[in-house]
Amino acid sequence: MALSGALFRGAVGRGVGAVFLLGNRSMSSWWSNVEPAAKDPILGVTEAFLADQSPDKVNVGVGAYRDDNGKPVVLECVREAERRIAGNQNMEYLPMGGSLKFIEETLKLAYGGNSEFIKDRRIAAVQALSGTGACRLFADFQRRFQPDSQIYIPVPTWSNHHNIWRDAQVPQRTFHYYHPESKGLDFASLIDDVKNAPNGSFFLLHACAHNPTGVDPSEEQWKEISYQFKVKNHFAFFDMAYQGFASGDPEKDAKAIRIFLDDGHLIGCAQSYAKNMGLYGQRIGCLSILCEDELQAVAVKSQLQQIARPMYSNPPVHGALVVSTILGDPELKNLWLQEVKVMADRIIGMRTALRESLEKLGSTLPWEHITNQIGMFCFSGMTPQQVDRLTSEFHIYMTRNGRISMAGVTTGNVGYLANAIHEVTKSG
Amino acid sequence: MRLNDGSVARRLSTLGKHLVGDHYYDCTTTNSSSDPITPMASQGADDRTISPSPTSGGITGGSVFGHVAQAPEDPILGVTVAYNKDPSPVKVNLGVGAYRTEEGKPLVLNVVRRAEQLLLNDPNRIKEYLPITGLAEFNKLSAKLIFGQDSPAIQENRVTTVQCLSGTGSLRVGAEFLAKHYHEHTIYIPLPTWGNHPKVFTIAGLTVKTYRYYDPATRGLNFQGLLEDLSAAPSGAIVLLHACAHNPTGVDPTLDQWEHIRQLMRSKGLLPFFDSAYQGFASGSLDADAQPVRLFVADGGELLAAQSYAKNMGLYGERVGALSIVCKTRDVAVRVESQLKLVIRPMYSNPPIHGASIVATILRDREMYGGWTIELKAMADRIISMRTQLHEALLARGTPGDWSHIIKQIGMFTFTGLNTDQVAFMTKEYHIYMTSDGRISMAGLSSRTVPHLADAIHAAVTGAV
Repeated sequence: MALSGALFRGAVGRGVGAVFLLGNRSMSSWWSNVEPAAKDPILGVTEAFLADQSPDKVNVGVGAYRDDNGKPVVLECVREAERRIAGNQNMEYLPMGGSLKFIEETLKLAYGGNSEFIKDRRIAAVQALSGTGACRLFADFQRRFQPDSQIYIPVPTWSNHHNIWRDAQVPQRTFHYYHPESKGLDFASLIDDVKNAPNGSFFLLHACAHNPTGVDPSEEQWKEISYQFKVKNHFAFFDMAYQGFASGDPEKDAKAIRIFLDDGHLIGCAQSYAKNMGLYGQRIGCLSILCEDELQAVAVKSQLQQIARPMYSNPPVHGALVVSTILGDPELKNLWLQEVKVMADRIIGMRTALRESLEKLGSTLPWEHITNQIGMFCFSGMTPQQVDRLTSEFHIYMTRNGRISMAGVTTGNVGYLANAIHEVTKSG
Repeated sequence: MRLNDGSVARRLSTLGKHLVGDHYYDCTTTNSSSDPITPMASQGADDRTISPSPTSGGITGGSVFGHVAQAPEDPILGVTVAYNKDPSPVKVNLGVGAYRTEEGKPLVLNVVRRAEQLLLNDPNRIKEYLPITGLAEFNKLSAKLIFGQDSPAIQENRVTTVQCLSGTGSLRVGAEFLAKHYHEHTIYIPLPTWGNHPKVFTIAGLTVKTYRYYDPATRGLNFQGLLEDLSAAPSGAIVLLHACAHNPTGVDPTLDQWEHIRQLMRSKGLLPFFDSAYQGFASGSLDADAQPVRLFVADGGELLAAQSYAKNMGLYGERVGALSIVCKTRDVAVRVESQLKLVIRPMYSNPPIHGASIVATILRDREMYGGWTIELKAMADRIISMRTQLHEALLARGTPGDWSHIIKQIGMFTFTGLNTDQVAFMTKEYHIYMTSDGRISMAGLSSRTVPHLADAIHAAVTGAV
């Protein structure tokens, strides 16, 4: 909309102090056509929970660990690390690829402390913004250097996986994973999908504690999957957000990755410290890609940095310092390992408690999957309608796919939760 | 059981490609501002090497990323890399714009240290994820910092502010939003500008054009050229504006000139996108440095503003920043914020908490805020003092040319006017590290190193370089 010439000319002679309004109030907004976006299905749950005034409310939505009092936890090893860091460090920019010390310690967790790949410098690795950031860097990298490729994503998966590869403009396909009838793994269909995909396809695999189902392949099943991947020359990208949280033992939780490495796969891996170190808000993670040799790793890393530069230039230093301090100090590292086990054990205990409570209430439905599944989440099998009833009648908050965050279950609320679940499922 | 991970010939050919520097596979450029990132494809493959089909995987099962070529060093960050490698005791790093004390050390502000201690001991601090939009208090305080405590736009709830990863992250989120929701996909950036600007906008899907800004003849602003180029821009085009302390030139419009620019832009419906990375660093006054932005907000129009706390709070590595979008109405601001979340979630889910918590702690406390303004002014004053000293040193040496731009330019950087050959000479002979466009970071200078730099400039200008 043009403004009148007189208005414009009149403004030119004005001094510095006066601000001349040019009738912009009559112009409409550039953003009139912007639709309100749908709420994120996971993070929207916590928003709704916070708005609820009921004293009985329970949040088993987002996967953030809570202690048995329902309180968030700062690990003692983290507290100590932060005490050591505060006041000692400057806050200079990290390199684009992040802290080398941090990366070194992080790769050991995934690839093994004595990994030949680390010794041979064959892993291209950059510090990333937690698991999301690591997946996004890989998706952008995949788009740039394998532009004809697609990503095979398990059904179901963490909802944000779809957003990440979509925004990276990598087309998506799915592969069978969860078997609703048994509430376990649909292994036969999974293998079929692996075989039927074109050679050299890219697959997203959850390394352990599958989100949202808690259903993981057994060791034998992982070996079979790895073998079929070899036959088809597929690329395995592991998202490992729960190392340590599944069994309580980080080495054990990395088993799937180690199987693939032993079989010679050149994998990609996203790691996150959000849950296993309770560093949620620090956004600290790592993307690694195993290459054929050191030169290739250098090249790949340099390209990953090129993707990071126009996104955020270089990653945040604080979380990297915390992790390096902990993992670089044997005493602190041991403390961390103990604390991770405590968290995992508490969740395993809550699984048992919830299952037993439901069985004691006389529920005729099968609930073994609660203790068969592993990690932070339980895929309850409840329908969206049943979940809605849980929220509206019992003030229990969870995602509508029936996923329960076991970390939100406590000895204080497990009975209430079991009762509510029984109520909404018994007629069905 | 190990997979055969490649024949010897294939490994050699992979290594050979890297050594030869196969440019067909080079996806990135350092200097071009407008080249979009082109997807790697095997067009024009070199006959001497075996080209793996990118998606075939192959019988040998070699890496599907075996064709990836080494990217060139980032031109700005690469300066520090080169500096670090230099063993010379007289080396000076005038590359990246990070503040240094007179002793050449990085500086953590006292208020920042205090804020960190407070956070450490705060039993109520947030222990989990921030919301997608970041720390709410940080967002409010950041908006007030740039738009003013009494800004009507804030009071009318027409501003949405989201925490982002420093200036870069704020620009990127804003650019992605514009590419998705704004009808015009061209952004005009000043010539020259920060090297990362074109990359950020291009990767987000915008088309980058330039407007004249720096006048090499006067080493000042090419105001006529600027007005002409913006006049010629299509209605609705986005215009990137450095709020103060233009990077790399240090040349800022006067307030009178800003008013002209504002009128022109509003009359053409051009959308302002401010990059504010140096508020407080230019003049030493936070309010004075925000005047250009506030000028635009005062006319009731819409704009975007990216803020960074990297320099003015010394929080570089913590990646603290904010993107604000000033909208016509509250309703629009709410919808815009919801869409910003959709950009952020698939990028990194939610922003890092540490740096933002420090900023909020400082900004909310009157005494700490006051302490910050004093430390900020001290940094700005030291830089102004370095300008004066360098200028005088060049005058004292009788270095040919007019060097008054050193004291006229504003902020952390000086655009010396030295050419790439002269810069290379200064690096080689005097171990002065700076970007090849002749930009020097005044923050990297001290009273001790000014004479050495003056000698280097003098030699470069008078020698047959």
